[in-house]
Amino acid sequence: MAKLTFKTDNCKGCGLCVDACPKHLLRIAPDKINKKGHHPAEITDPDACVGCAFCATMCPDCIIKVER
Amino acid sequence: MVVFDKPHALTDVPMHYCPGCTHGIVHRLVAEVIDELSIEGKTIGIAPVGCSVMAYNYFNCDMIEAAHGRAPAVATGVKRADPENHIVFTYQGDGDLASIGMAETVHAAARNENITIIFINNAIYGMTGGQMAPTSLPGQVTQTSPYGRDPKLCGYPIRVCEMLSELEGPEYLERVTVNNVKNVKNAKKAIKKAFQNQIDGKGFSLVEVISACPTNWGMTPQAALKWIDDKMIPYYPLGVYKDRSAKEAE
Amino acid sequence: MADKVLMKGNEAIAEAAILAGCRHYFGYPITPQTEVAAYMAKRMPKIGGTFLQAESEIAAINMVYGVASAGYRVMTSSSSPGISLKGEGLSYLAGADLPALVVNVQRGGPGLGGIQPSQSDYFQATRGGGHGDYHMIVLAPASVQEMAELTVKGFELADKYRMTSMILADGTMGQMMEPVALDLDIKPAPEKPWATRGTGMKRPHNIINSLSLVPEELEQLNLERYERYHIVEENETRFEEYMMDDAEICIAAFGIAARVSKNAINAARKEGIKVGMIRPITLWPFPKAPFLKATEHVKTFISVELSMGQMIEDVRLATECRAPVLLCNRVGGMIPSPDQVLDSIRKASKNGGND
Repeated sequence: MAKLTFKTDNCKGCGLCVDACPKHLLRIAPDKINKKGHHPAEITDPDACVGCAFCATMCPDCIIKVER
Repeated sequence: MVVFDKPHALTDVPMHYCPGCTHGIVHRLVAEVIDELSIEGKTIGIAPVGCSVMAYNYFNCDMIEAAHGRAPAVATGVKRADPENHIVFTYQGDGDLASIGMAETVHAAARNENITIIFINNAIYGMTGGQMAPTSLPGQVTQTSPYGRDPKLCGYPIRVCEMLSELEGPEYLERVTVNNVKNVKNAKKAIKKAFQNQIDGKGFSLVEVISACPTNWGMTPQAALKWIDDKMIPYYPLGVYKDRSAKEAE
Repeated sequence: MADKVLMKGNEAIAEAAILAGCRHYFGYPITPQTEVAAYMAKRMPKIGGTFLQAESEIAAINMVYGVASAGYRVMTSSSSPGISLKGEGLSYLAGADLPALVVNVQRGGPGLGGIQPSQSDYFQATRGGGHGDYHMIVLAPASVQEMAELTVKGFELADKYRMTSMILADGTMGQMMEPVALDLDIKPAPEKPWATRGTGMKRPHNIINSLSLVPEELEQLNLERYERYHIVEENETRFEEYMMDDAEICIAAFGIAARVSKNAINAARKEGIKVGMIRPITLWPFPKAPFLKATEHVKTFISVELSMGQMIEDVRLATECRAPVLLCNRVGGMIPSPDQVLDSIRKASKNGGND
């Protein structure tokens, strides 16, 4: 059981995490806008996350915390 | 159990870099290495002029902002002020390190100055809006090479690791990139080695990181990472260009 | 009174710097100041200090910037063309409010110029030399003893006000040999809580920086810096007066020009001419007050310089145009002779400054 926590307001919506996820569980939220004015990253199926931290590894802004 | 979080050596200040710019990844790798080696309290970082000019806001260690290209000279001063107790790194872009600061770079390497240099090569001047860099590729369109870089007019790109590897001085030179998870992990290994070398008194260690500048390359962040594979790495092959200690151990 | 030793001016600077606790010297060879580097190269390794011949003047001043950031006493020396190269670093040192000592043993210019003495970097030194609003404390020795004393004073003032001190000497002062007493009045460096020596995980990080992108903030930094400069002007202005009590003619001269002028004044006094001298020791801050006060009895001022007339502008400003200011000068590595200065004094005495 893994858990991702996003510092959503620091997300710039670059999507590098989305491409990094081997299970394709992340997306850039089309219906949300953060304080910076970006569509932030979010996880679509938290239960399927294995906590590999590939997303966090590729995140340039250090917004993803990974727990396992 | 937390398996990934912001390293302590990074401050909480949100970085000003463009979406998908890989400066942030490299900052984090440097900070992770500082954490893992427990050297934050004795580390002094030197920020350049260029996109990472405000790196002093992002690292929790003591920081100095240097004039354009002069970071290796400033680092030399800081290191020699107290060689036993100062761990000194510079963080420089390609314009800073390989154009205006080339003399400082080459001579710090020739002296085998016991410092660590993190060199971001993204083949462009980012902060000023995308002009041709000393590392811009032949044919690359920039604001100051609008018809593509023509080597007949403005010469060829400089391969810094290869050039410095001809010197007797430097201890360690490696080129890495951060365009996928595997490469990020390799980059971190190289950066860690570059700091460990300094701790061990081995001398000048430079890690060149091929980085993405989606904004000034005019691409999506995803396309920029692919452009690194397709265009940058063929011109700037990854690998170790010098590792004196490893060679001597053979 | 300590025993005196015979030293060259350049060597006196180097030894005084070491006595003042400077353990880091960075330089680049250029005539006529190379003795400073040579002296440091010999001495520093023996006392656990750093001597490093940098790849350029630009690198040397930036190495100075690094040591100064870490809070240690540090210096570099050069001569005119080399000081131009250091201009960038001088501006950054000022922008980051770092203390350092820079020595300029001037030679003739512009360009590569010559290698003989000159005072033609007066504007460059007193107006800053690099870009932006700033000043350095500029000290002008007129003897080898003063080369030593002002070097120590330069470190002290640099630390006290977080500024760059510059010793503005010339080729003659650098090469001249005189007896020096080295029992100098040395004050230890103050605490520097702002220095970047590592946080030790005990305090928030220190940042040494000259970048400030918000105009209101950058304006404020400039205003605060100039408040500090104002205190320097009030407290640290130095000058020497020679036979000024009854003077009707006043010579303004510093460094080697002041030594020549003294001979001329002595000769003129024998002819009954009431002439004296104000010798600025700090060129910035310039001793405006004694010049203005002198206008109460001085009818003509003569600025004696090894330049086309640079300090003369400060003399005119200080005297508020209450009396004419004449120029007596040689340039290009030439030094005015006592006779030339005496002629100027005689003319001023006859014509009151009207040629």
